[in-house]
Order: sequence, then structure tokens, then C-alpha cells
Amino acid sequence: MGHRLRVDWIRCDGYGLCGDVAPGLIDLDEWRYPVIVPGAVEPSRLHDAQRAVDCCPMRALALERTEGGARGVRR
Amino acid sequence: MRRRTEVKMLGVPRLLSGPPVAEGPERHAAHEARLGRLRPEQAAREIVPALEASGLLGRGGAAFPVGRKWRALAERSSGPAVVVANGAEGEPASHKDRTLMAARPHLVIDGAALAAAAVGAEEIVFYVGREHAAAVGSMRAALAERRAGLSPAVRLVLAPISYVAGEATAAVHYINSGDARPTTTPPRMSERGVGGRPTLVQNVESLAHAALIGRYGADSYRSAGRNGAAGTALVTLSGAVARPGVREIELGTTLGDVVTGAGGPTRPLAGVILGGYFGAWARSADIWDVPMEAHALKGRGHSLGCGMIGLLPDDACGVEATAGIMGFMARESAGQCGPCVHGLRAIGETTARVAADEAGRGDLDDLRRWTSLVAGRGACRHPDGAAQLMASALDVFAADFASHAATGRCLRTGLREAVA
Repeated sequence: MGHRLRVDWIRCDGYGLCGDVAPGLIDLDEWRYPVIVPGAVEPSRLHDAQRAVDCCPMRALALERTEGGARGVRR
Repeated sequence: MRRRTEVKMLGVPRLLSGPPVAEGPERHAAHEARLGRLRPEQAAREIVPALEASGLLGRGGAAFPVGRKWRALAERSSGPAVVVANGAEGEPASHKDRTLMAARPHLVIDGAALAAAAVGAEEIVFYVGREHAAAVGSMRAALAERRAGLSPAVRLVLAPISYVAGEATAAVHYINSGDARPTTTPPRMSERGVGGRPTLVQNVESLAHAALIGRYGADSYRSAGRNGAAGTALVTLSGAVARPGVREIELGTTLGDVVTGAGGPTRPLAGVILGGYFGAWARSADIWDVPMEAHALKGRGHSLGCGMIGLLPDDACGVEATAGIMGFMARESAGQCGPCVHGLRAIGETTARVAADEAGRGDLDDLRRWTSLVAGRGACRHPDGAAQLMASALDVFAADFASHAATGRCLRTGLREAVA
């Protein structure tokens, strides 16, 4: 069981707060849209990931459980 | 060896056999006199295993196994389904779907009726690109001829003029609400599509093949094919070829043989684009002897996609051609997802600047970076398709890009002047 960040691209408006809150998990492109760093979210970073989800004004980011660890790691 | 029931050997062409395509739509009576009547309810019992055995892959571009798709729908637990016959064909350089619908509308209708019977659909929506006037007229007239004899309700919906309108979720979205922009998945169309019902979205060429497989069986489908591949496909040849247009080829025919069959190239080639604007550029020497079929192409990072094959002559510039395509792809973004809107616009504008010899410092690095960044960051795969094409251009036309960017010189100018 692992966790993975997932963006609803239609909702996302590029506020970029997620990247500010969770660098290393989420990079931002030059238009401040998120680039999710590939791989499962490390357990030690779950709190940061959840903060990124919570701060999104568009509710466009979700932290999802993945089936097995491996799938999340491979992206 | 056990003697089997006789396999009808279907020749090539088969979808386009019969009267010349240029004569327009084949009428229903002529269609049935030529091919016999397909009884959807009867044929539906055998069709899913037959499709699986045929190896038929979807011809809208994604090459998903048709049998597997129909089986998933047929084995669902929820209520009545809908079949969408997808003839939007928003790919500008592809003409095979509009040609098929304009010439053999009843083959498409047969396939859709068979799909409806196989998956338990209560409605068929024929979704036809509104700019394809001949196809629209042909389908409308053919449906009028058939209306009394078709058991599920049928509807003709004209798809708006837009590249993404043919994407499966965009098609369903448009049919549902008049908005041809893709939607976020899940839900999958197969679970919740047209009117909230499970929906099978299938390209019209795939349906036409299914109509023949429903009549003659999987072995007949497989009776054509070269280099280990089976079946036929419609392709659209464009650019530097003697006889451009739509042709039906045996799958597995090498690109060289396909082009030779169309009269050969009119000039040496600078590159070949395979699979349309969702496809990729290739060096002609690398691709010339490759069989046109999914497996062999995939091994080289290519796909047949929608069957579009474009030949770029050596006096044309791949940077310019790519700038045109990327500008188009940027304009055709549905405009919903930031990375696609901004990324494709940046790629399109920068490629155009390089082509116009106005490249700034770092433009090529930016192009590479944006290209690697946009894929996978959208509700649909529009940015992925565009990025794949761009990545192939940066590779195949590396020297052209470098020359434009560094010295403001087009490598093809000399060739052009030699011709003029």
C-alpha cells in the first residue's frame, strides 16, 4: 500500500500553492502548474502531501492510495 | 490436419471493394446484394470471440483490441448500453473515415448494429464530423434507408470542427451536453457515458471491419496480411507521393511497398510522419522497410495511429512543417488544462520562431524541456500526442533545428533553389 498525488487537470488553475507547500513532492512549471515528482509519496512526507491537497483553492489535488507499492513507484 | 469449414478469402481491398469510391455511397440494396445480409442478433452470439480471434485493433488511433472492448461492455452488470460510432475524424491529414462513410455507409451501420446487439445497447449514435459533407450526406441517406430495419434507436450527431472532438470522452460530452471538451476519467465511458449509460465508443473503420468479421468470421479477416500480420487497414497517404489519398493496405506491408503501390515518392524524402499529429516523425531510411502493423512499429517507437502517412520531401523543412503542426495542436487544445494550454502554446510559438530564424538563446533547450514536461499532464492525451510528435521532430530534424537556431539558415533552402 502506498500513496500517490493526483491532479485533476481540468480543475487546476495554476495557483501553485501545492508546490510552495510541498517542494520535492511537487515541482512547479513556469506557469505555476504542478509537476508531480514520480513515485510513491514517502510515509515521512504524507503530512506535507496532505497539506498540499488541503491548500488547493480549486480542490484539484488528491492524495490517493495505490494498490501495491510498486505501481505507485513506477508512476 | 483437420479439415475446417471453408474460410471465405476476403481480398484486398475489402472495406472498399465494390463500386469505385468516387461514385459515392453504395445504396443498401446494392450493399446487401454484394455482401449478403448481416443479421445482428444472430451474429452477435459469435462476434466477441470472433473479434478476439481476429486480432482486430481499434482504428481511431489508440489501437485497443476491439474484442476486449466489446467483451468488457457485454459482460457488465449494469443496464442498457449505448454505441457511439465515431466518425469525427478531426485529424486534418486523415481522410479514411470520411471516405469510408461517404462510400460504404452501410458497412459502418452494419458494424454499429452488430456492436449494439453484442453489448446490449438501446441506442446507436453516429457521430460524424460536420465538416465532412459527403460523409454526413451519405450517412444521413443510409440511415433513412435503414431506419425501419434497425432495432435500436439511432441518432446522427454532427461533431463540431475540432481536433479533440473525436476523443472518446469529448464525443460523449458533446452528445450529452453540446460541449466537445474531454472530461476527467474516471468515470470511464464504459461505465458512465451517453446519458449516464455504459457506452462503447468505436471508430467507424473498426465497426466496418467488425461487420465483415460478423459475416465471414475471424479467419476471413486474417486471410490478408504480410510479414506475420493479419488483416487490412485504411491509410491516408499525403505529401510527396505520386497518388495521395486513401488506400486499403494489407497490414504488415512495408512502408516502402505502400508508397510504391501509390506510385512512389515524387522526391527524395526528408522525413515521414506516421499516425497523424498524434504520431511521430521518422527518418525515411529507418522506416522504409518496416511492416505497417502495430507490433513492428511499436518496437521502433511508432504506431499506425489513425493510419495517416505523410511524406515530407527533401526540399521542405521539417522545422517549418513541425511549427505548423504544433501551432495547430496548440490552437486545438480544448483550453481546459494549464500544462496543455501554456505548454503547447510555448512549444508552437518557439518552434515557429526557430523556423523563422528568429530563435532566441536557449530556445532549443526550452523546447526540449517543455516537450518532456507536458506529457501526462492533462485530462485527455492531447498534450501527450503533441509532445510525442515534437520529441520525434527534435530527433529526426536535429540538424535542421540546430542550423535554424544557431546560424539562422535553413538546410533545405539550397534544395529549394535548385528546384526553382
